[in-house]
Amino acid sequence: MSTAPQAIDIDQEKGNFQMPEEHTFDAGVGLSEGVIDYISDVKNEDQWIRDFRKKALKTFNAKALPTHWASKDLEAIDFDKIRYYLASGQKPKRSWDDVPDDIKETFDRLGIPENERKFLAGVEAQFDSEAAYSNIKEAVGKQGVIFMGSTEGLKKHPEIFRKWFGKVIPTGDNKFSALNSATFSGGSFIYIPPGVKVSHPLQAYFRINAENFGQFERTLIIADEGSEVTYMEGCTAPKFDTATLHSAVVELVALKGAKIEYITVQNWSANVFNLVTKRAIAEEEATVKWIDCNIGSRLTMKYPGVILKGRKARGEVLSIALANDGQHQDTGAKMIHAADETTSNIIAKSISVGEGRSTYRGMVHMPKHLKGCKNNTECDALLINKNSRTDTYPAITVRGNKNSVQHEASVSKVSAEQIFYMQQRGLTEGEAMSLSVNGFVNDLTRQFPMEYSVELKRLIDMEMEGSVG
Amino acid sequence: MPTRKNEEWRFANINSFTLDGYDFVLPEKAIGSQELAEKSDVISNPSGQIIFADNKPILQDVDNDLKTKGVIWEPLSEALKHHSDILKDYFMAQNLHLGSEKFAALHSAFISDGYLLYVPKGLVIDRPFIANHWAVSDKAAIFPHTLVIAEESSTVTLIDTFNAKLPTQENFICAFSHFLAGANATINHRAFQNWGTKTLGIHINAATTGKDATVNSLGVNLGCQHLRSEHQSLLQGDGSHIEMLSLCVANNDQELDQRTLQSHRAAHTTSNLLYKNALMDKSKTIFSGLIKVAEEAQQTDAYQTNRNLLLSTTAEANALPGLEIKADDVKCSHGATTGQIDEDQLFYMLARGIDPHKARELLVFGFFEEIISKIGDNELADYIRELIQTKFQHM
Repeated sequence: MSTAPQAIDIDQEKGNFQMPEEHTFDAGVGLSEGVIDYISDVKNEDQWIRDFRKKALKTFNAKALPTHWASKDLEAIDFDKIRYYLASGQKPKRSWDDVPDDIKETFDRLGIPENERKFLAGVEAQFDSEAAYSNIKEAVGKQGVIFMGSTEGLKKHPEIFRKWFGKVIPTGDNKFSALNSATFSGGSFIYIPPGVKVSHPLQAYFRINAENFGQFERTLIIADEGSEVTYMEGCTAPKFDTATLHSAVVELVALKGAKIEYITVQNWSANVFNLVTKRAIAEEEATVKWIDCNIGSRLTMKYPGVILKGRKARGEVLSIALANDGQHQDTGAKMIHAADETTSNIIAKSISVGEGRSTYRGMVHMPKHLKGCKNNTECDALLINKNSRTDTYPAITVRGNKNSVQHEASVSKVSAEQIFYMQQRGLTEGEAMSLSVNGFVNDLTRQFPMEYSVELKRLIDMEMEGSVG
Repeated sequence: MPTRKNEEWRFANINSFTLDGYDFVLPEKAIGSQELAEKSDVISNPSGQIIFADNKPILQDVDNDLKTKGVIWEPLSEALKHHSDILKDYFMAQNLHLGSEKFAALHSAFISDGYLLYVPKGLVIDRPFIANHWAVSDKAAIFPHTLVIAEESSTVTLIDTFNAKLPTQENFICAFSHFLAGANATINHRAFQNWGTKTLGIHINAATTGKDATVNSLGVNLGCQHLRSEHQSLLQGDGSHIEMLSLCVANNDQELDQRTLQSHRAAHTTSNLLYKNALMDKSKTIFSGLIKVAEEAQQTDAYQTNRNLLLSTTAEANALPGLEIKADDVKCSHGATTGQIDEDQLFYMLARGIDPHKARELLVFGFFEEIISKIGDNELADYIRELIQTKFQHM
């Protein structure tokens, strides 16, 4: 059975190139207070941030790896061999012409400037630890929208930043959020003023170029009352022989009536540990929607969550995971209901190919004294080959009045009859398989922005090629 | 002691777990057997009956015809003398996977008696066997043990009842039941747990199936302050089938914690689980179920459903329905729902003049009927309805 189709390799090649390393700033190998001081000095940070980082480092060291429930593969991360800060400069450029040639070439090859011209309201491009480029369209900027790297955001808008920073995801939430809190650098800072609806998406692109490196971006998005924003992130890294770590913290705040849509297409190379904490707070009548596609990485552990804090708030997670040989996509969702009449919806679809393993973990929590809350969870898994694996581990707690929860999961394989039927009509086995799998995720991808659903369909086509056995 | 950090004990309130104050060594004393025997009259004409008071057999009876055909139905204390060859191979011989390994060890250390049911090859027995376990002394620690071996192509039904002499009695119960179904054999097991309301109960169940064998189990759980019930089914033989049904009514500040495993280890195996809980007052239930399908268990069909009905705004239902699938040619699904009584249904009944309390009760019975109707024994079905009814009268 051929489980490593050529086509996919071609596509991962798109991100598989490395520019020579020329870092002006390098914190060296390993993690210590000295590294924290180095990062704080380089960034010329206020004392409170330095203290915040050092406290987080203590928390990180005190916490054990969560291997009592998570994959033992986490033990393969050697925290002493990772480089925690690498940057060429502190100030992102406003024009692609000012971006150093090798970095510019990187993003050119990934098609970022081209997309920016076509359909984006703003772009930030992060290269290792710092943003190399950051710009928003003039018209959007005039509406009062702030979109910049978090390093810049901390300096220019501390009054907004500090109010929400670490409030959605506390340092001690888990070992990796503590690690991020100690070493964070880069990521996006976005503020949308009341009533402003940003019609085109804002996009951030995260690129790891250096080997043995850890990227710890920190993103904070605040959508003020009645505003709307769509944020998209993409990520790639070259294939190295050694493990690379990506551990982000993403905090979203949707104030009264605001809408945030957060789209991730994760296509890290298969040596990246992708251990990310993502959570949102939704105030009264606010909506937060996470669209999460995980295709790359060696091990992804990511469970986007929404704390439904205000009455009638709504949280949604739409998740697609594709696990191929050597990959473990451990993804899911958390919905914490904390106000009356809040609703949440989780739809997760996973496809396991070859020896790939996909896992769904979910948490739905409805405490007492709440009325009229609803959750719907559906997770479906598709197994393609004999050695593919899938797991589902939801945890649901319900109390209160007129609350209802339904959870459903199914596991299946593409039926032999379906394939046979399509082959009868002249499709090859690979085409038939790809059509079936696209059918499996179709009702979900239809809800994605056009560009992403097309891209996803193409990726699935390639992954399915030659996977039939 | 386990901690909540252990995934197998997630959501459980382990702080209330203490073995202090229980009597592990019980005095030899005569117990009013006549009274208990009358209360143990659950079904007519059983194939055999044993009544235990504080784990000491006080009455035993078996159909002589079955005895001559080779059926063994005796307390462990006697079976040890006559059938140590069987016990040697099977007694506590099952690895456990659901978190109570420590309590199983405690059970092995303190077990004083229990029973063995052995059904020889090819024998099909219609009438059920029944074992009545009574907790008589307050504060007594009791270790009931059940070992059922059904040889090739045999069929047997067994009922276990667990009761306290006084409804508010405080005991520590650590029970272990083990079912082995040989090739093509069928074991039907029904367990009715109604220990005293201050009791800490741990019930560990393990079933293993041979080729084309079937084990059907039904549990009704009403008693205990804190119940931990584990039920692991290992489908070892090709083509074997397991059915697991459970029905719980929790009230006051009861905690009923149920963990299950459907482990498919052979091809063409099927399993079906349906656990239904009704919760009142400040009670709490935990359902944690796992379907595990091994690589070699192709063509598996496995289903798992948990339904929770919240009858008060302060009750708490936790559901952890899990799947771990390593084979690709399988049909597996699980579902968990938690909700309240349907307002439209209630309105319809009220509009027909049915008193609200009665209407709610009827709807709860409707909720349970899906399970009760699967028993296929009217006498037993009525007994279950009566048990539930009694609990609702204290609502």
